[in-house]
Amino acid sequence: MNWSLIFSISRTHLLSRRKQSIIAALGVTFGIGTFIILVSFMTGLNKMLDGLILDRTPHIHLYNEIKPSEKQPLDYLEEYASDTRIIHSIKPKQNQVRIHNALPIIDYLKDDNRVLGATPQVQAQVFFVSGAIELNGIINGIDIQEEVRLFNLDNYIVDGDPKDLVRNDNGIILGAGLGDKLSVQIGDRVQVTTASGGTFQLKVIAFYQSGIADIDNVQSYANLKVAQRMMRAGNNYITDIQVKLKDINNAADMSGELSRQFNLTAIDVNTANAQFEAGNTIRNIITYAVSVTLLIVAGFGIYNILNMMIYEKMNDIAILKATGFSGVDVRRIFISQALLIGFTGGILGLIFGFGVSVLIDHTPFEVEALPTVKTFPVNFRLLYYVIGIVFALIATFFAGYFPARRAQKIDPVDIIRGT
Amino acid sequence: MKDIRQEKVLIAEKINKYFRIPVDFHVLKDVSFSVRKGEFVTIMGKSGCGKSTLLYVLSTMDTDYEGRLTLAGDLVTGKPHDQLARIRNEHIGFIFQFHYLLPEFSVLKNVMLPALKLGRKSEAEIREDAMEKLRLLDIGEQADKLASRISGGQKQRVAIARALINEPAIIMADEPTGNLDSRNSANVFDILDKLSHEKHMYLLVVTHDEEFARKTDRIITMADGKITRD
Repeated sequence: MNWSLIFSISRTHLLSRRKQSIIAALGVTFGIGTFIILVSFMTGLNKMLDGLILDRTPHIHLYNEIKPSEKQPLDYLEEYASDTRIIHSIKPKQNQVRIHNALPIIDYLKDDNRVLGATPQVQAQVFFVSGAIELNGIINGIDIQEEVRLFNLDNYIVDGDPKDLVRNDNGIILGAGLGDKLSVQIGDRVQVTTASGGTFQLKVIAFYQSGIADIDNVQSYANLKVAQRMMRAGNNYITDIQVKLKDINNAADMSGELSRQFNLTAIDVNTANAQFEAGNTIRNIITYAVSVTLLIVAGFGIYNILNMMIYEKMNDIAILKATGFSGVDVRRIFISQALLIGFTGGILGLIFGFGVSVLIDHTPFEVEALPTVKTFPVNFRLLYYVIGIVFALIATFFAGYFPARRAQKIDPVDIIRGT
Repeated sequence: MKDIRQEKVLIAEKINKYFRIPVDFHVLKDVSFSVRKGEFVTIMGKSGCGKSTLLYVLSTMDTDYEGRLTLAGDLVTGKPHDQLARIRNEHIGFIFQFHYLLPEFSVLKNVMLPALKLGRKSEAEIREDAMEKLRLLDIGEQADKLASRISGGQKQRVAIARALINEPAIIMADEPTGNLDSRNSANVFDILDKLSHEKHMYLLVVTHDEEFARKTDRIITMADGKITRD
């Protein structure tokens, strides 16, 4: 089949009906453009929110939970096994907070090829002393370099450089809210007393802001060793292990496995943030539903215009058929017109969508809760552009197909006879 | 198709056709005739006698009829539409009462389109052929104008050029002069006459124009869906 002839005919048709063609193409342009904008913006937002939660959340969190034994002494007595047993006033089991053999466990985890990294933490309950006032707080003893590498701690530092913690053993990264309450600046010293009575002087080297006030009012970070000293413990005293995996989808399986293997409590990220996942899914569904609706509306626009065009071109269709063009040729002429409209409109839509996305990406967006976000988040992904143009072609194909089928079936005799 | 120049170019046998809408109406009643090569035939008759309907059946565009139609030794009755389109493209040139050019294309392109569809020659050759036909009809200088921008007489000549472009064996015309003044109409007759006698094309013309008909080789008169005089 002679496609170049068909395209040259449909091009002439489109160009001689310039206004109509432009309007039809603009319908596609806006449909696709809005799709691109919407999907880029929404997924950008999703990614930002994901980041907000997931960046700082370990994929697997290992610790010793203080809780009652699952098997109480009564359960060991076989003669009562089939009876109903009621125990009152169960108390938590005496258990150490530290993880037994934490350092070998960390080494073991680092060797696992599913694991991106594992960092030790020591949590210490402390009081920040300011004159006569004592403020409750938590100091997390961390390995700052690993923490920055795996959990992007540096993204949440609003002032100062977290790496200073490496150089300064007695440094502390204060939560921003805590810093305000204590009225301290970088370089100032804060006095900390521990539950067991020890007193420490720590130098403020940076401020941390997660955006969640409850955390920023109590949380602070110091070197692992400092926290261990506060707990009057050696360097094998570790209360938490945070694991980051290469693939987050392994988290659930692996946390079960680790929990059994080391007899520890293991919480995976999906369990910790189940509601978050649901929110994501719903936002995605909304994004796609709105976009598809827009494209369908654009499709109906094309359908209408082509239908009108075919009505106007009854004579032309009859002439083409009389001079030897088959019904299939005529159908192809009109489908190719629809596709040309779809392609041109689609490409323009991609450009339009990209332009507006760039604009949004540069629009200032500063809120206190999100210290690291300066502009609206936009996700530039090639895939969305591919989906956009493919959808434009598919939608215009179907919008053109039915009118074109009508043109294919037009009987030239009816037209030429002029009845 | 076999040799197109054989004795009988077109044979119609017992063609019957009915219109069902708006009411049942028997338009063509057992129409049978045949035409030899190089004949210039006119079909005459009053309005509504079925002469145009007959022409459309003969042209293969209308397939809703009973009977047998043979073109150049090939039975065309019952062939699928796409094959019929091919036959029209290759063997039949059509001239309509209202010229029916494609208004958005240039005159030259209008003439070229059937040949481009046939695809037997390269585009350059087709362009050359089309120009030659246009010059033959004395409208070579209008080639690049839009078809909607030329006069009625010129349009009719462009339509003739288009009918000739694939060098068909048969030219069918439906009131080719119906819309023209006497000077243009004489002009069109001369052109058609020349084609019939010099190129041995078979021409079948439906007309009201008695003066036009008298000058042709053979007149078929129709009344009430039947051939009354041949």
